[in-house]
Amino acid sequence: MNTLAFSATIAAASFCAGFLGSLTGLGGGFIVTPLLTLVFGADIRYAIGASLISIIATSSGAAAAYVKEGFTNLRVGMVLEIATVVGALIGASLVAVFPTRALTVTFGTMLLVSAYLTTRPRPEQQSADLVPDRMAARLHLDSEYPTSEGPSRYSVRNVPGGFALMWLAGVLSGLLGIGSGAVKVLAMDQVMHLPFKVSTATSNFMIGVTAAASAGVYLRHGYVDPGLAMPVMLGVLAGSMVGARLLFGARTARLRLLFAVVIVVIALEMIYHGAFGRG
Amino acid sequence: MSTRPTHEQDVRVQQAVGNLLRAGVLLAALVVLAGGVLFLLRHGGEVPDYRVFHGEPVDLRGFAGIVRDAFSGSGRGLVQLGLLLLVATPVARVAFTAIAFAYERDRTYVLVALLVLSLLLKSLAG
Repeated sequence: MNTLAFSATIAAASFCAGFLGSLTGLGGGFIVTPLLTLVFGADIRYAIGASLISIIATSSGAAAAYVKEGFTNLRVGMVLEIATVVGALIGASLVAVFPTRALTVTFGTMLLVSAYLTTRPRPEQQSADLVPDRMAARLHLDSEYPTSEGPSRYSVRNVPGGFALMWLAGVLSGLLGIGSGAVKVLAMDQVMHLPFKVSTATSNFMIGVTAAASAGVYLRHGYVDPGLAMPVMLGVLAGSMVGARLLFGARTARLRLLFAVVIVVIALEMIYHGAFGRG
Repeated sequence: MSTRPTHEQDVRVQQAVGNLLRAGVLLAALVVLAGGVLFLLRHGGEVPDYRVFHGEPVDLRGFAGIVRDAFSGSGRGLVQLGLLLLVATPVARVAFTAIAFAYERDRTYVLVALLVLSLLLKSLAG
């Protein structure tokens, strides 16, 4: 296979990665990394570099639309970014002392459990008699998002719990280099009780910042190859822009199912890499 | 504590941040596309091999080298410059959010954005 055909194949697969990644808030790394390593036999370091680029491209490509349409909760995203970036800094400094393989298997198993949790339907809006969250009120986190019946208001629950889980998501992504989008969506959906579309759009908004924080390091170490990253970036970007157009009309129950399926794939990949080594 | 922001203020910040993201991404994509076309015209017929990790040449690892390569007409250099623009987009977004909230006099969120920005710059530098 010559470089032209190779680039076209990667661009097509990356389109799917961007499409799924933008709808689920998970980024497209879970498709790009195994494609490059298992199918094309690329060294894992080149794959990690390309996968980081794919996450930033998914995030920024879809975020422009989600932010403008009002799906993304900018304030929630920014408050939680403090937790993830601090966590990522700590995680990256712990890589040398932690048994990352065992941790990857454990984390993968936890994700399998949470995939089940997300498929249970939950009312998209809480009953109005619930006591408002004090932190959410102080930080003006409550907001509204577009639905087919017009703007729908929602309030944010358990900000300290979400913040703590987000910090853990940051530590894990710094430590393992993967899986941070999954914990972000779970924290916002299961702990802070945001509407599901707001959770995926806000996660999508945040993963770009988390990935950009590590991209500098990988670029300096020579992991980012332009020949590989070019088709990945262009394919993912196109896919994420198409995906972002579909979020408004998508049924939440279907999105939850899609999210759960992707989480299972990510979990199995993590367990596989943890058990058999990822180079 | 600042007063509750109006919906109109929030919408203005959203539009501004959304426009910045779109501009950053499109600019990065155009540069990558231009570099990609050059790269494929010159090397499209070769057989790629990424099995063994060599690491990128020093030129393509740092800002100065990438800019030099890009302006000397290297396809790979141009792609790498576009990727730098892509990585810079979320960082610029955080800085820009601080400005947008300052414009709306939302002091709490100016502080939040500046805190995220300083942490982010620390990890990019480290």
